[in-house]
Amino acid sequence: MTDASQIAVDVRDAVKRYGDFTALQKISLSIRDNEFFTLLGPSGCGKTTLLRMIAGFEDVSEGGIFLYGEEIENLPPHQRPVNTVFQNYALFPHMTILDNVGFGLEMRGASKSEARRRAGEMLDLVQLSQFASRKPAQLSGGQQQRVALARALAPSPKVLLLDEPLSALDLKLRKAMQIELKHIQRETGITFIFVTHDQEEALTMSDRIAVMSAGRMQQLGAPQDIYEAPRNMFVADFIGETNLLEVSVDAIEAGRATCHLGGGHELTCNAVDEVKRGARVHMSIRPERLFLSEHPTESESLKGTIVENIFIGTDITTIIDLAEGPNFTVRTSNSDRGTKRIFEPGAQAYVNMEHGAARLLVD
Amino acid sequence: MAGGAASGGSAASDTYAKARHWLLLPSWVVVGIFVLAPVLMMMVYSFLTKEFRGGVIWEFSLSAYDQFFFDRGLFGDEPAKIDWTYIAIFWRSIWQAGAATILSLLIGFPTAYFIATRPEKNRAIWVFLITIPYWVNLLIRTVSMKFLLRDQGPLNDFLVNIGLIDTPLHIINTNLAVQLGLFYSYLPFMVLPIYASVERYNFALSEAAADLYATKWVTLRRILLPAVKPGVIAGCILVFVPSLGAFLAPDLLGGAKNFMIGSLIEEQFKGNAGNWPFGAAISMILLTMVLTILLIYARQQRQAEDLS
Repeated sequence: MTDASQIAVDVRDAVKRYGDFTALQKISLSIRDNEFFTLLGPSGCGKTTLLRMIAGFEDVSEGGIFLYGEEIENLPPHQRPVNTVFQNYALFPHMTILDNVGFGLEMRGASKSEARRRAGEMLDLVQLSQFASRKPAQLSGGQQQRVALARALAPSPKVLLLDEPLSALDLKLRKAMQIELKHIQRETGITFIFVTHDQEEALTMSDRIAVMSAGRMQQLGAPQDIYEAPRNMFVADFIGETNLLEVSVDAIEAGRATCHLGGGHELTCNAVDEVKRGARVHMSIRPERLFLSEHPTESESLKGTIVENIFIGTDITTIIDLAEGPNFTVRTSNSDRGTKRIFEPGAQAYVNMEHGAARLLVD
Repeated sequence: MAGGAASGGSAASDTYAKARHWLLLPSWVVVGIFVLAPVLMMMVYSFLTKEFRGGVIWEFSLSAYDQFFFDRGLFGDEPAKIDWTYIAIFWRSIWQAGAATILSLLIGFPTAYFIATRPEKNRAIWVFLITIPYWVNLLIRTVSMKFLLRDQGPLNDFLVNIGLIDTPLHIINTNLAVQLGLFYSYLPFMVLPIYASVERYNFALSEAAADLYATKWVTLRRILLPAVKPGVIAGCILVFVPSLGAFLAPDLLGGAKNFMIGSLIEEQFKGNAGNWPFGAAISMILLTMVLTILLIYARQQRQAEDLS
């Protein structure tokens, strides 16, 4: 097998314009075979547009889309061996659940009985066999969602596209479906391309994530990379919670950057290739990688005044007003309460960073 | 429920029930005066004896119905045979109305689909444009059709000029002319209900079908049409029923050979030659037929729904 055949979907310099408005600006990405790939971004970032271009519902203004090495951007949707789970499911209201699931198979030339048999198997997979003869309107939202999934999987597509399929479900059901989807992806071995605006969902389910904003790709990587090493302000801010500090880079030596804050306080952190000496950039530090102390420690420490403590169940979030910077958020796990001190509002304290916690951002 | 609240509530609902009776009164008056009374009058007239200079004699008679179905009268001295003259007119009317309905559907469906898929702010304008010709009186529109369709009329001139035909087509005074006239008279009744249901259609369903390998044609037949079926049926009924009883288009465009029920009824009431009981009887037969068709359809719909 050549390398190209290991790539399920290859998007090359794809541009999408609507009149004067450019929805997607030269997106290139390679989605691997058998991968759970997520397009993540706020609404209007172009993620759904990109998905619809792969499905064939939107044409490509410039560039190309390849499916297992074959150019597909000029094929109509019904000739592309990909299937979609739609945001509002789009189940056929006048057909039974079984006929809904069997529709794609029938269209691909399966006999009515063969389509029914296979549709029945798919309903087993999503545990809805007992509803086979009902109409979609007689099912709950969660059940309809699973029918939509079964319908899209039934014709064994080469790639499954999922357009925010969980957004209409309540939190508990959504969590359960996240795990179920991940299982089904592993069992079937089909490449999934999943669109969501929910960063937690993306982190939970994906093998890799493409973070998008304003029609551009901001960062591509495994969930951990994206969370731990955000490339720029947008990614750091969009994925999880973070604290941002404006710093000037004074020196870069042996992979470490020495920076100073507005008030002159000096900090060192890991260098980043694209950030050169003399640059004024932002530094991102995750709240759970900070801890509070009464006196400065050996780690990097910044002085401040406690504003308030917020109890959020698993954690306590403390807001601290830094002497040399903005407000910082510090998260202390509830299980650490014995070992780590909780300061009352108004108290003076130091914020300390774990080693490697601070990350310089490109812009 | 607490006792006080319950009695208070029921007193209020009694008042409400009484008020509701009175509030319904205007509808009953309208239905009574404009629907029930005329139908009753027509029924009564159909069982009366005709007066020669129009009008009726108040004497019970079945001769109007007798005249419709039999040649020498069922109760005469000689054996009666079924008279096909009027039944043939009925049959031709059904055929003509059916053809006009199919023509309206073929033109009206794409039109409605086109309007429903325009950007939302433009749809009202398109609907408005569809209705503009109908501000002109039906009689004037039908007479204009007569001029358009003439052998030396603009339609034939156009077709000859673009070289599609050599000699003018003879359209006027044919079945086709009547069908075209009916089609043009009632087209908006086809377009508007279909437009209303296509507008409500969830186009994501068409995308889903295309995604599942359905061609455009299959998507239309298996997904779109079932979803907009109520609008299509409403449109067909709204075109078929008035076409069946129409008399302007058959009179003006069809000529003497293409007589339809509407003209037959009209003739019974117009002038001195009229026969009011016969006209009323024909109307009753037409009404019964239309109602029977509608009831059969409604029943089948209900059965289909019960099955699913």
